[in-house]
Amino acid sequence: MPGHDHSHDHSELSETELRVRALETLLTEKGYIDPPALDELIETYETKIGPRNGARVVARAWADPAYRGRLLADATAAIAEFGFTGRQGEHMVAVENSPHIHNMVVCTLCSCYPWTVLGLPPVWYKSPPYRSRAVRDPRGVLAEFGVELPKDTQIKVWDSTAEVRYLVIPMRPEGTEGWSEDKLADLVCRDSMIGTALALLPSNRKGAA
Amino acid sequence: MSTSDLLAASPAIPKDGGGPVFAEPWQARVFAMTLAAHEAGLFTWSEWAETLGAELATDPAGTAGYYDHWLAAFERLLGAKDIASEDTLKGLRAAWDSAAKATPTGEPIVLARR
Repeated sequence: MPGHDHSHDHSELSETELRVRALETLLTEKGYIDPPALDELIETYETKIGPRNGARVVARAWADPAYRGRLLADATAAIAEFGFTGRQGEHMVAVENSPHIHNMVVCTLCSCYPWTVLGLPPVWYKSPPYRSRAVRDPRGVLAEFGVELPKDTQIKVWDSTAEVRYLVIPMRPEGTEGWSEDKLADLVCRDSMIGTALALLPSNRKGAA
Repeated sequence: MSTSDLLAASPAIPKDGGGPVFAEPWQARVFAMTLAAHEAGLFTWSEWAETLGAELATDPAGTAGYYDHWLAAFERLLGAKDIASEDTLKGLRAAWDSAAKATPTGEPIVLARR
């Protein structure tokens, strides 16, 4: 509290922390939530679910035409082949980039995002400027992310909802013929699966000479 | 307005490389509570997205943090569903405040109930 004379011999919780603790106490006492289960949920989203999941999906789509076909036909099922199922991944749609079309994903309402394959969204994805400008001026937004597309490439912007989540399949970089899925996955950065970046070039791969 | 005018008038998009998922522990807590409450059947995910969207829409400039809005939306939705009244929450906040103040620095704060 501003102006409050903090004593150092006792604890102090911020207004925000008080609000959060009040909610947790109430929901726990009513039996709706179980604090240890919350710890587990947090650990999962902090350490276990992230864009490495999506990168494996994209790498397989690049390497295996039959998988690519399944992913485009029914992304939820194809992603589930990896065991990536559950919250906010119930209805997935995969959209594929080509020299003619570049796909980009936004949630103009709030921050709907494909958690099962990408984890939780980055700060910029949740920010008002991105949410409002992605639809209005996608080329300008891409430029801010350092992505310049050929003039005749059409940009398609997909607005996520609580029901439908999108995964962008970026274009496979040249010079990666015969690469293993693991090696390919290293090129698939998070932003390339949201559409605000391209896949990395082989020369930019981690550990590349 | 030309595109460049629009761009000039547009706030920049904040960038975060591979930053932490949650900036502070309370953010993780309220996030997990929201998921758990949804999974306990207290509201549908569409109801949640609408409430959060409406809350975020009150702050187009993004002056407050994303999870501040998340927390406000969660309180509002639980209030609308008659699960958590403002009075009950106020009482609990006061109880936590007293508990904190009665706890020596560095020790876990425990709320004695009933």
